[in-house]
Amino acid sequence: MRKLLTGNSAAAWGARLAEVDYLPVFPITPQTEIIETLAEWVDRSELDARLTTLESEHSMVTAAGAAAATGVRVFTATSSQGLLYAMEMLYNLAGWRTPLVLVNVSRGLSAPITLEPDHNDVLAARDSGFLQLHCATCQEVLDGVLLGYRLAEDMRVRLPVLVNLDGFYLSFTREPVIIPTQDQVRAFLPPFDPGRNRFRGGEPVSQAVAVLGGGTYSYFRYQAHLAALEAKKVFQEISADFKTHFGRAFDAIETYRCEDADILFVMMGSFATKAREAVDRLRDDGRKVGLLRPRLLRPFPSQAFVRLLSGRAGVAVIDQNLSTGLGGVLYTELAAALYPLQRRPVLVSYVGGLGGRDITAGEFYAMVEEVRQAVTTGRVPPPRLLFTESEMQSVRGLQRIAGGKGRDA
Amino acid sequence: MYRIRFHGRGGQGIKTASRILGTALFLEGFEVQDAPRYGAERRGAPIFAYVRADDAPIHERGVIHRPDLVVVADDTLLTITPAQVLEGIASASVVLIYSVRSESWWRQQFPQIGQMVVLRPDRGTGVGLPAGIFCAGAAAALLGTVSREALVKAVEEELAAHDSALVESNRQAVLAAYEAVSVSHGMVHSGVPQPVAKTAAPAWIDVSRDAVDIAAPVIHAGTTSRLVKTGLWRTRRPVIDKEKCRRCLQCCAWCPEGGILVGEDGFPMIDYEHCKGCLVCVAQCPFKAIRAIPEAQAKEERDAQASDRQ
Repeated sequence: MRKLLTGNSAAAWGARLAEVDYLPVFPITPQTEIIETLAEWVDRSELDARLTTLESEHSMVTAAGAAAATGVRVFTATSSQGLLYAMEMLYNLAGWRTPLVLVNVSRGLSAPITLEPDHNDVLAARDSGFLQLHCATCQEVLDGVLLGYRLAEDMRVRLPVLVNLDGFYLSFTREPVIIPTQDQVRAFLPPFDPGRNRFRGGEPVSQAVAVLGGGTYSYFRYQAHLAALEAKKVFQEISADFKTHFGRAFDAIETYRCEDADILFVMMGSFATKAREAVDRLRDDGRKVGLLRPRLLRPFPSQAFVRLLSGRAGVAVIDQNLSTGLGGVLYTELAAALYPLQRRPVLVSYVGGLGGRDITAGEFYAMVEEVRQAVTTGRVPPPRLLFTESEMQSVRGLQRIAGGKGRDA
Repeated sequence: MYRIRFHGRGGQGIKTASRILGTALFLEGFEVQDAPRYGAERRGAPIFAYVRADDAPIHERGVIHRPDLVVVADDTLLTITPAQVLEGIASASVVLIYSVRSESWWRQQFPQIGQMVVLRPDRGTGVGLPAGIFCAGAAAALLGTVSREALVKAVEEELAAHDSALVESNRQAVLAAYEAVSVSHGMVHSGVPQPVAKTAAPAWIDVSRDAVDIAAPVIHAGTTSRLVKTGLWRTRRPVIDKEKCRRCLQCCAWCPEGGILVGEDGFPMIDYEHCKGCLVCVAQCPFKAIRAIPEAQAKEERDAQASDRQ
């Protein structure tokens, strides 16, 4: 069945088709439609699952991990402040090695408060041990949830998976989505087999024991790291299997018109489809431009980036996030991945789309032009915030109303 | 690609209208993207929604800057600058206005609009239905690529959760609006991609560090909320009847916005610049001394009084 679905609805369909058993939930804009949709299905007995509303995201994620530890399939969802409120439990769930899927609907973090998306929320969880899949379309949201369970539950991985979609641009946006049949999904995603790590009343185990002394601690955290690295190989297998079952690719990195491209955009999430549009127009003009978009952010597909970027002239890395005091996260990670290369492309760092700020076609073209000049002259411009004169005027107008002197005291 | 932008107010069915049009186009075989755009507003606040439809998968996302069709469900928005109803219109863009005023009157007000269609509210069909459903029907006709059958099926799909009587009244309304603009059937043309050479370069600036008293999101000045004219959100206006009012001032206490002041004569005075039209005062007045009238009627009454004085 192919129908128009919002990204939120697609996430709910992913959970439904994965035949989840337990749904600990807590509302937050712009995620709430996911849990409302699931609650309605549970209410109408269309989904045989237990849905529990918790009193906070911290409790919600705790309940999710505890339930997954008993061997049931768990789905939960949150956004922004909610993800950060649950942060200490994200590390715990990864440490417990409990597999589940958590959908995050990206929204900029306070302060100042906003409702619109950027990736600082999900990137705050990048070191937690949750594997991360980033979606650019509503179809990918549904697909990502299904793939997420396969990856999380794989015995070689056994880590929780976070599937990310952007607020508004996907969460409330309808696009055509192919909803596979239950039989198709069952053929791809077998029931969750918890193996020996299964907590049950009759066979008590101690979960998450204390390990005072750094050596033992190091061992366990590093095991989670090794499992995450192993997940690169496992993901390749699963995405190939996904393509066999559903006919759609979900590779670790999307490559869009890259064959002969000498300048490439690298960016994540739904704004990357704007880059596809820009690539099409630049190609109309005869420019050799392409796009690389990591769907898999944790584990970071370093070798794949090295392979795809080796021998290219230049890259515009567009970060919809800001690591305060450093700059764009993706730029930093990509630069680290490419450092061992002898012939590295020129990397130019852009920060754009914070708090849902639009990135216009003209800006994509201007970035390509700057990268081209950097390649020609060998002079790489400093990182740039995508911010215009008229935006500055608008801020100045607000500051005039807000008062303040504008001088260092 | 068709790029369609709906403008209206919260409560007028703008999201539903955009979804009905989106579903109808999808049923006709188009690739479709539709989305409402809203924030922390509420009923009566200006909102918009957009629909894109194309033969190929759609990569564009977010706000439509170059619309082929702008649908104005509430004509009072045209005069509100922040609503940006006419942003990005070109000579080929069509502007559909749902209004009791005539096309010639609107043409005088907005000579910059190249192609205009005015849809007059039909007093016979669908009385009491929000503007959105009529706008969806008229928009479908203006595109010329949506059949009556697809339109009706879209209404049935989008309103599936409602009772059959409501679906039927919406079905009639959408078709009535579709017929009402039949002379302009197919007037909207699918927009072509803007080439790189014709796209304006961004006026980027380097942002420098400001002093923290303005660089932090702090409002130093008091009562700045007065500058936000939330009275523009109002679709219904509370009016105090001084004959019935006993000056108990309970309305002042109940008003969630602090928008009812006390006049020198001791009577409550509604600050219409900031009254959002929630009508809590109408519900709470112990003497039934506050009635609610539609904004359009309030404007007509004001105009009539002004001409009496002349």
